Amino acid sequence: MSLPPAFADWFARQGWSPHPHQLALLDARGDSLLIAPTGGGKTLAGFLPSLVELSGGWQGLHTLYVSPLKALTADIGRNLARPVADLDLPIRVEDRTGDTKSSARQRQRTDPPQILLTTPESLALMLSYPEAPRIFGNLRRVVLDELHALSESKRGDQLMLGLARLRTLSPGLTATGLSATVEDPGALAAFMGGAAVIHADPGPDPDIAMLATARPAPWSGGGGHYAVPDVLDAVRQASTTIIFINTRAQAELFFQAIWAANDDNLPIGLHHGSLSREARARVEAAMAAGSLRAVVATGSLDLGIDWGNVDLVIQVGAPKNVKRLVQRIGRANHRYNAPSRARIVPANRFEVIECVAALEAVRAHDLDGDDRGPGPLDVLCQHMLLTACAGPFDADALFAEVRTAGPYRALTRADFDDCLQFAATGGYALRAYDRWQRLMERGGLWGLRDPRAARDIRMNVGTIVEAEMMKVRWRRGGGLLGEVEEAFAATLVPGDTFLTGGQTVRYEGLRELVIEVSPNPHKEPKIAVFSGLKLAMSTELSHRVLALIGDPARWDALPADTSDWLALQAEVSALPRPGTLLAETFPYMGRWHLAIYGFAGRNALQTLGLLLTRTMEGAGLGPLGFLATDYALLVWSLDPVADLDPLLDRQGLRAGLGDWLADNAVMKRTFKNVAIVAGLVHRNVPGGRRSGKQATFSTDILYDTLRRHDPDHLLLRITRTEAARGLVDFGRIDEMLDRSPRLDHRMLDRVSPLAAPLMLEMGRVRIEGQGRMRLAEAEAEAMMRDAGLTLTGGATGLDAPAPAPAPARVAAPARARRARPRTVPLPR
Amino acid sequence: MTGFGFSWHGLRLELRCSGALWWPGGRALVVADLHLGKSERMARRGGPLLPPYETAETLRRLSDEMAALDPAVVVSLGDGFDDDAAAGALEAEALGALGSMAAGRDWIWVAGNHDPAPAALLPGRMLPAMRLSDVTLRHDAQGDGPDISGHYHPVVRLAGARRRAALVGPRHLILPAFGSYTGGLDAADPALARWVAGGFAVVCMHRALPVPLPPAAGQHHAGQAHAG
Repeated sequence: MSLPPAFADWFARQGWSPHPHQLALLDARGDSLLIAPTGGGKTLAGFLPSLVELSGGWQGLHTLYVSPLKALTADIGRNLARPVADLDLPIRVEDRTGDTKSSARQRQRTDPPQILLTTPESLALMLSYPEAPRIFGNLRRVVLDELHALSESKRGDQLMLGLARLRTLSPGLTATGLSATVEDPGALAAFMGGAAVIHADPGPDPDIAMLATARPAPWSGGGGHYAVPDVLDAVRQASTTIIFINTRAQAELFFQAIWAANDDNLPIGLHHGSLSREARARVEAAMAAGSLRAVVATGSLDLGIDWGNVDLVIQVGAPKNVKRLVQRIGRANHRYNAPSRARIVPANRFEVIECVAALEAVRAHDLDGDDRGPGPLDVLCQHMLLTACAGPFDADALFAEVRTAGPYRALTRADFDDCLQFAATGGYALRAYDRWQRLMERGGLWGLRDPRAARDIRMNVGTIVEAEMMKVRWRRGGGLLGEVEEAFAATLVPGDTFLTGGQTVRYEGLRELVIEVSPNPHKEPKIAVFSGLKLAMSTELSHRVLALIGDPARWDALPADTSDWLALQAEVSALPRPGTLLAETFPYMGRWHLAIYGFAGRNALQTLGLLLTRTMEGAGLGPLGFLATDYALLVWSLDPVADLDPLLDRQGLRAGLGDWLADNAVMKRTFKNVAIVAGLVHRNVPGGRRSGKQATFSTDILYDTLRRHDPDHLLLRITRTEAARGLVDFGRIDEMLDRSPRLDHRMLDRVSPLAAPLMLEMGRVRIEGQGRMRLAEAEAEAMMRDAGLTLTGGATGLDAPAPAPAPARVAAPARARRARPRTVPLPR
Repeated sequence: MTGFGFSWHGLRLELRCSGALWWPGGRALVVADLHLGKSERMARRGGPLLPPYETAETLRRLSDEMAALDPAVVVSLGDGFDDDAAAGALEAEALGALGSMAAGRDWIWVAGNHDPAPAALLPGRMLPAMRLSDVTLRHDAQGDGPDISGHYHPVVRLAGARRRAALVGPRHLILPAFGSYTGGLDAADPALARWVAGGFAVVCMHRALPVPLPPAAGQHHAGQAHAG
């Protein structure tokens, strides 16, 4: 297919000439994967073949565009409107996301547009309707945007199953993947089921450096507030800036700090996924209109939204991952062939080292990435249930179809059948739900036993299991402010202040599971609100960091305060260096802490944490919990570790691989996600979302019950596989110990400089053992003592409170006042 | 001894760390909210297909307690079944286990809101409520007591986690749920706190640990309002 004259004229009128990769996609036959830097006209390249084909008119849906973000579909819709209008093309472009009105959805089911813009979840939902064959029967093209981002999570697996379904409904359709620069294009092409890779010119190297700051980075902390004046200066000098921050909590705090110093009243906005939809839309519109000078954002703006004239990206906090840094840098300057300009602001001194190491990697074009395993089976279970919602299916045909999806190309029939059994009957070995099964085989086809179940199944579509959130609204009316994590909400008492939506508010109370607040601009906020998604540093980057720390000759690359900090660490303790495993024991906040600087990546150190706490439990040290980062493991306990060597004995560590590993909080958390995605428990029931605390409780019980009664159950197998991606096999720990034959264990009287940043890390894993029992006993005794109660008659006697005098008459009858307790954890 | 002993309205009682209550004087074992048959009920109602092992698991833990104590009387304090039909749907294996556990003892099913009239041939007797000397045993706390009840599934936060607990107030004693598939209501929740303000909780862990309960602020206010 060549570019028709009308299109060539249109390009010329814009003052553009088509990029070679845009023409290459137009020429391509079969499926393609385009790798292009941001600003390379990637999206237009993806749509160009559709626009050309559609210029002659088309009945029904021709092109389906799938992106990871709702905001992106709205943005693409705006961008497509221009060529469609200019060229007077007979094309209707509509979006279909969770935000689409139900009247529009209804119409799309009977009268679909030529181009439909959607997300993986909305696609899965549309495929679950009986009309799916009619809607998609005429589909010619599928455009998969930001495929590099989708392929990193189960959303991508779900999308690939959906694509396989679409290929069945409309044989011969063409799929086009669009991706930012990735380390292994071949693997991404295989992920989409095989595609010809087209590389765009990567453009000039970015102009990237550390932001010069007047004050040095602090010892610890993640906020980057010390750099606010310097960031404001940079914003002033640029035309439009995106300030990326890793977590929502940090974004809220930084936004507040920057406004406190914003004496010129520069228009600066805030954008993250927990703001209300209206608030996000306002910022997006203002940004598109060019009326903002800067926006403080989290990953919600990570992806290819076209912000026009952004000419500077500032990354606050270490990027944790070189590939992500490169992709974020690409947000600046959409003019192709002009270098992107980006500045990095490390949040603390450890991050300075990380940033310096990351910059070296960017200059060396050394991208990092982790291999993904085969497609997860919990996603397949959900896919089967959704497929059954559309209509009865033939198991052999579905198996063949699923195997055409890249991530499931090596799926065995045994695994497929296990998933089908789970979807149909729960898949229990000892007892079957023969009367109440979900799917039944009738006349050789598998369908829903009770068609009404489709509603629940559809409500649970999706593979992202987020922390449960609660809405926040003004007590005096005025609408929703945003959301906070339920775990945070549970810690609030009336009068507490916290930050949300860029404002300090006072917690007033809870009404119908919505948090009510009042404005409180004058008080310091209590704490951050979100644990946020913890970004893991790549293994490659952590090795670069170790090499830099361990070699004082290379400290020239570091700011003076950072090399001073490392020098101080060398003085009060020691430096980790290749060949030596550094460990420190010190007291902090009433607990003994053990830090081990393994630089083996978070997964390996997390596994070590689980195994080491077991040997500590055996030694009676009362471990209470641990925290693994990419460079260190931190364990806290009631008693100190004085002699580490025997605890690291490999035989002893290895012995924990069975029960101890299976019984820990990491596995239970993993099981919860698997159980939700596979459809064992529902996250949504008609009438609202169940509270996360109750869900956590019940899935832990389900996990324990399955382990006792049905240890080979499919969901336990999936949990083990999944955990194995987060918890590495013992070989990696062997390797770490081999790599560092010498153990250097220091006893300190306080937190060392290197350990200080660990104290602020998120992602603590609790250990339920003797330590926790001793702690509970001590807490209980202290509470009894404080209340003036003493045990009588030995250790087990207590005289109950004397029967009180008849209580004051209660105004209303007791029964009438009784609220229905929220005690039942599972959906009714 | 794994339990916690105390006297309450003239009864010497022991709260077991399993969540059961033991009255040595009458050799009576009291358990609340077994919710047997929960997974079957959820599946029957078109809900998720949960692991169908909770009845076996709950009965296993109950028979462990019975082996340890050899009670003459066993009281299920209501919601012994997740609903009346769940009792009817119990598998032969579970019914057999219940039968042999009840053999030679007085087994009493107090009616609960989930199971007002269980639809099954069960061992033992069914009662709306019963008495132990001055104390009433019923499913949910009522009026001025003194009564021992269940219904609320109380939990208490201790050492960083929510844990099942019995709540002992001046007039009401509320037991935790004994059943496997049960959630919990925090003892601080006003719906629960108002029954047991000023008392103490016994937390079920490796040991039964007593902790005080706060006086209910809400009640205080209510009293003032009433006085005004």
